[in-house]
Amino acid sequence: MEHFLSIFVRAVFIENMALTFFLGMCTFIAISKKISTAIGLGIAVVVVLAITVPVNNLIFNLLLREGALAWAGFPEVDLSFLGFLSYIGVIAAMVQILEMVLDRYVPALYNALGVFLPLITVNCAILGASLIMVEQDQTFAESVVFGLGAGVGWALAITALAGVREKLKYSDVPDGLRGLGITFISVGLLSLCFMSFGGIDI
Amino acid sequence: MSTQKEVLVDPIFNNNPIALQVLGICSALAVTISMSQTLVMCAAVIFVTTMSNVAVSLVRNRVPTSIRIIVQMTIIASLVIVVDQVLQAVAYDISKSLSVFVGLIITNCIVMGRAEAFAMQNGPYLSALDGFGNALGYSVILIGVALIREPLGSGTFMGYEIMPTVSNGGWYYTNGMLLLSPSAFFIIGLFIWAIRAWKPEQVEEAEYEIAPNEQYQEAI
Amino acid sequence: MSSFDKDSLSNTFIVAIGICLVCSIVVSGIAVALKPTQQANKLLDQKQNILRAAGLLGQDSNVDDQGRNVDELFAEFDVRVVDLDSGEYRDDLDPDSFDPIRAAKDPDMSRPLSDSEDPATLRRRENASIVYIKRSEGEIDKVVIPVRGYGLWGTLFGYLALDSDLQTISGLGFYSHKETPGLGGEVDNSSWKASWPGTQLYNDQGEPDVRLVKRRSPAGSTAAQYEIDALSGATFTTRGVENLVNFWTGEMGFGPYLKRLKASA
Repeated sequence: MEHFLSIFVRAVFIENMALTFFLGMCTFIAISKKISTAIGLGIAVVVVLAITVPVNNLIFNLLLREGALAWAGFPEVDLSFLGFLSYIGVIAAMVQILEMVLDRYVPALYNALGVFLPLITVNCAILGASLIMVEQDQTFAESVVFGLGAGVGWALAITALAGVREKLKYSDVPDGLRGLGITFISVGLLSLCFMSFGGIDI
Repeated sequence: MSTQKEVLVDPIFNNNPIALQVLGICSALAVTISMSQTLVMCAAVIFVTTMSNVAVSLVRNRVPTSIRIIVQMTIIASLVIVVDQVLQAVAYDISKSLSVFVGLIITNCIVMGRAEAFAMQNGPYLSALDGFGNALGYSVILIGVALIREPLGSGTFMGYEIMPTVSNGGWYYTNGMLLLSPSAFFIIGLFIWAIRAWKPEQVEEAEYEIAPNEQYQEAI
Repeated sequence: MSSFDKDSLSNTFIVAIGICLVCSIVVSGIAVALKPTQQANKLLDQKQNILRAAGLLGQDSNVDDQGRNVDELFAEFDVRVVDLDSGEYRDDLDPDSFDPIRAAKDPDMSRPLSDSEDPATLRRRENASIVYIKRSEGEIDKVVIPVRGYGLWGTLFGYLALDSDLQTISGLGFYSHKETPGLGGEVDNSSWKASWPGTQLYNDQGEPDVRLVKRRSPAGSTAAQYEIDALSGATFTTRGVENLVNFWTGEMGFGPYLKRLKASA
């Protein structure tokens, strides 16, 4: 139990997807102008990560890794080079399915998330989380917790940045730095802050 | 109709993917601590963007609208796998340190963005130029950041020591912060400032006009 | 210009299957063609890491002072699989294909470590690992063992090399770690690595007692021989290195094997 709590806390704070690994930066910077939209995107990312990381874990362990196909009678085969294609395929499919499910069963949420769902497919945090899961060779249960934690961490980071940017609107920023420039510097400062979580062990 | 030169040169400073379009940022941060890693990354991105633009452009009239995003992704992902495999065979050391980032070229928004925005509507030659130009704009920023981070952060350039560091018996106190990723953000922010000082048309509109302070008399 | 309907169902299928076929053939073709080269690279890389940790190969070169290349130097090593609990060789596992780090995750080939047994935060320990023994004229010249342990940001992976007396450390090198550059990352600093050869390993009680300290004991004293300078500003990494070196040379690591080897020499 502690082990899973540790993985979750690591993924949210110590190895935060956005501020420690710097994944998903493009949407992170582009969509963080208002807190409400940031939270919406954050929730969508949590849902997608919580589903795709475990599914990709299953695909890697049952189909792609060296010796995985032993159950089908091909113990020598190593298909791990197809990893990138499979994971991105799973992600695109999951996002599409999620979109359809939401549209059918929870239209209010679907309308609220609106354009963000398709945007998530190209969010490198989603693919990055799966790649990290493979590199760390996680078990299925670990990957569920990791996916959830990674999503929550990213959502936390983008909401924090949106909060900062909303305050920055009223500041007297030099012309050339206005908007994108000062955002970059703020993200740099935020990530320096998150470095203080390093070394925390649950 | 844009001229070929415009298509190629615009993305370098006028419409830079990182500094204006806000694309392709993720990989710009961790790889820029070493110039050799950066150059390999830039080469990979240039190759993938150009080739994927060409491939997408060649099939653009045949691909049904419903599956076009997935088709683009499949083409891009395949190209990235090819690059990754070749790197592992030809430059193993560099491929180890670039591990996660080569895979992330797939979701590098520049590649997908240009495929969708340009290659789906233009011919192969023009698309190739556009892909090359955007990747070049991306590379310019990355190389600029690496030029600052590697020498000042570890006293080396392309792995060769140019300023002997104190821990190696020299005089240069390395700026450790430049080796951490947040510094890349600061440097890019300053680059953006520099580009917008050079080209004021990129400066964003202020959302609020700060009213002049009319009550300062009371403070005096 | 025919009335070609690109959104038709049949075209969707044709394009989908066509793209899949073309991409799979290209990708698989390249992967299969390059696999032997990649395997060779990986093997070469591993051999280089071992040789560098043992101090037999320079950090940035592929040949030693006498111009011998990696394969020639590595040919002098005997590679054996060792059972960690008993210290005996295991001939049922092939040293060329056995991967101790992979084995640590396999429940049949490893055991979990309780917190008190696990100063290096490994969580699981493989039951068997690999040793690299260099002999010259039949006598043991160097023994290299794989070591790993948690630092600040991740696990450090490396090799520890011991001299022929199995008491003096010959070198320690990490080939993979995620420590902060300039702080914990200084484990790669050549001056720091140069301070390892000559360090004593086992104390009078037969336990590994390497210590990374902020201030060294007086030069020439017994205590000083077991000490290495700690890394400035890198408490976790330093502690991690100390723990992993003592773990892997102790009772839970290669200790039983090294004791057996010393006795039989």
